[in-house]
Amino acid sequence: MRSFLRHVLLPAVMLLVVLTLITGAAYPALVTAVAQIAFNRQANGSMVIVNGQAVGSSLIGQAFSDPKYFWGRPSAAGRDGYDAGDSGGTNLGPTSAQLIANVTAAVEAAQKANGGGPVPVDLVTSSASGLDPDISPAAAEYQVARVAAARGITRDAVRAAVARHTEQPLLGFLGEPRVNVLELNLDLDGLLSPGAGTPGASG
Amino acid sequence: MPLGDLLTLTTLFLAVVLVTPVLGHYIWLAMEGEPTPLRPALRPVERLVYRVSGVDETSEMSWKGYTVAVLVMAGVAILAGYAMLRLQDVLPLNQGGIPAMSPDLAFNTSVSFETNTNWQNYSGEAGATYLIQTGMLAVRNFTSAATGLAVAIALFRGLTRRSAKTIGNYWVDLTRGVLYVLLPISVVGAVVLVWQGVPQTWDPTRAVTTLQGAVQNIAIGPVASQEWIKELGNNGGGFFNANSSHPFENPTPLTNWLEMLALLAVPFALTFTFGRYAGSQRQGWTIFAAMMLVLGVGAVFAMHLEAAGNPLFPAGVDQTVLGNMEGKEARFGAGVGGLFMAVTTGTSTGAVNSWHDSAQPLSGLVPLFNMELGEVTPGGIGAGMYGMLIIGAILAVFIAGLMVGRTPEYLGKKVEAYEIKMAMLTTLVLGASILGFTALATATDPGLAGPLNRGPHGFSEILYAYSSQTGNNGSAFAGLSGDTPFYNITGALAMLIGRYGMIVPILALAGSMAAKRRVAPSLGTFPTTGALWVVLLIGVIVIVGALTFFPALALGPISEQLLQNAGKTF
Repeated sequence: MRSFLRHVLLPAVMLLVVLTLITGAAYPALVTAVAQIAFNRQANGSMVIVNGQAVGSSLIGQAFSDPKYFWGRPSAAGRDGYDAGDSGGTNLGPTSAQLIANVTAAVEAAQKANGGGPVPVDLVTSSASGLDPDISPAAAEYQVARVAAARGITRDAVRAAVARHTEQPLLGFLGEPRVNVLELNLDLDGLLSPGAGTPGASG
Repeated sequence: MPLGDLLTLTTLFLAVVLVTPVLGHYIWLAMEGEPTPLRPALRPVERLVYRVSGVDETSEMSWKGYTVAVLVMAGVAILAGYAMLRLQDVLPLNQGGIPAMSPDLAFNTSVSFETNTNWQNYSGEAGATYLIQTGMLAVRNFTSAATGLAVAIALFRGLTRRSAKTIGNYWVDLTRGVLYVLLPISVVGAVVLVWQGVPQTWDPTRAVTTLQGAVQNIAIGPVASQEWIKELGNNGGGFFNANSSHPFENPTPLTNWLEMLALLAVPFALTFTFGRYAGSQRQGWTIFAAMMLVLGVGAVFAMHLEAAGNPLFPAGVDQTVLGNMEGKEARFGAGVGGLFMAVTTGTSTGAVNSWHDSAQPLSGLVPLFNMELGEVTPGGIGAGMYGMLIIGAILAVFIAGLMVGRTPEYLGKKVEAYEIKMAMLTTLVLGASILGFTALATATDPGLAGPLNRGPHGFSEILYAYSSQTGNNGSAFAGLSGDTPFYNITGALAMLIGRYGMIVPILALAGSMAAKRRVAPSLGTFPTTGALWVVLLIGVIVIVGALTFFPALALGPISEQLLQNAGKTF
């Protein structure tokens, strides 16, 4: 029994304590120190600052419904969507009647707002995180006429803004072409300060 | 398949091929205490750990001693974790009034992280404090992965030592796995993730006013340090509920690719480590090939189906370019969602970058099948390799021996009745747990209360839950409401059975093989390298998996596919 305590139980308890100190305290503390010094903006959530106030994170989508803004993807995060403290998707299966009803309703709404035509699938399906910051270039193009009309500017001016916030796949193949909705809308409002691009952006 | 998806798959698998010999050799050096570039810096820490813990690093253990050490460590860690989860509301670093977990949820969660499963019946950002995330869950990510590694190394020693009584020292193997293998890679990986946008801060949730004037509370935290070890250690438990689909866990296509590499790296590298112990790299590469082929076929299948879209969507939807985007992220796309789905379940990781519940019926079959094969393609850290050697190699030499009348031998050791019993025990345990608990859930009210979806998909949610927990994977068809006493307790039992129902027979087998003498290969020896052996290995794994689980899969994803073809919804 004493041998068990000394050679099995004691090492188990002490190893758990020591390894907790190493991997649960020293390791995150070291990573935090390096992160805060080397990549301060990213380490603190890539916040977008306008006039000294954080208006969001460039990595986190937010809800848009005003016609003058580009709209992001349907969101199942939280009760009303885009709850950045309650991420998640619908988890509806491929044969779910509820899923088909959701998509059908979203198609009708999108066509009504944007003047018809087939709707790019990302505009009518809920993202995995519920916080997807991006839409496809096709989904942006689908909304160009509406945004231009609401703002009273030319479609080409809107398209130029879309192009400024379209990121291409890394090295031409990693990831999908995508448009950051928050940054695009900030740009249209004339609020985007220089250097507030997506961190690590390389496209 | 779109070209971009194909190139993502190819570069990923190529990177795995390149990493395997380097990392595999390094793991051998580190685990055997040989000199490495990191040893001068870390050796003093290692010695300090032993001194504080009262460990004599020169003494080795019998298989029984090793097993007792693994089980006692698990017991201590599960109890300590349970206590922390029950007390998290009053412990420090509670960033926002997070309550204590209920007894059954704390039991499930503590077992989940200690067994390298990381099944989560709680929501990361709302249900766990920073202290729990960094000081308990991430610690288990290291120690459970290093325990898997330790058991695999012990089995390698058992298979390759001659007339030996011992198979290593668990305390030493655990410590070296953490210090030399997992920790250095994690420091680098976590910093790379921060560079790409993953937060690493102790600040609490940040409230912002959005462009449309609403308040958005943005959860942040020490994410990067946990994110990397969660992938590298094949753990999979997300800092956030949305796991690796959350832009703060996986912000760019580059992090997505790196995270997939991290979760494949060590399991595949261990095939090379095994080759080093066996004294023949052909042994290692043969197993590598079998693992990679099964993984690749499943991945291509899922990628293709996800890129094709959902045939039930109304005509007004254009899904020709993007595919099935329900439960997917725009930056990754549907096809790469399918790839991630395959690699996270081929390894025992369980991180997700899309919701498997919303995948097409037959692409949802891929993760189910990967898990039901016993998580061996390539499986979790260590767990995949020891599963492969038992389910694949030991059973395959036996079956090959029966077919052609040759002596069952593996690496020059006779495989006898005792070894076959132990190997069969592991496969029977797996099937009994998955099918038994699924049957129980489908026959009882608390079980039937779980599924979100109706029809065959609802059954798939239950089958997935027990496949995932028994296989120590941790991914979910997440529509299932798992935070109930029924699912918390049966799930925890499935995880314990799946973990220790494998480890104990495997260590017994390691001990019995270690004690054997090595016999010289003769004309009657079936070669366990080369293409023929790869085919046999895959055949045995797939047939064992298919025969056990085909009836259940027919009731779930396969009937759902047939009904989808007929235009039926539920």
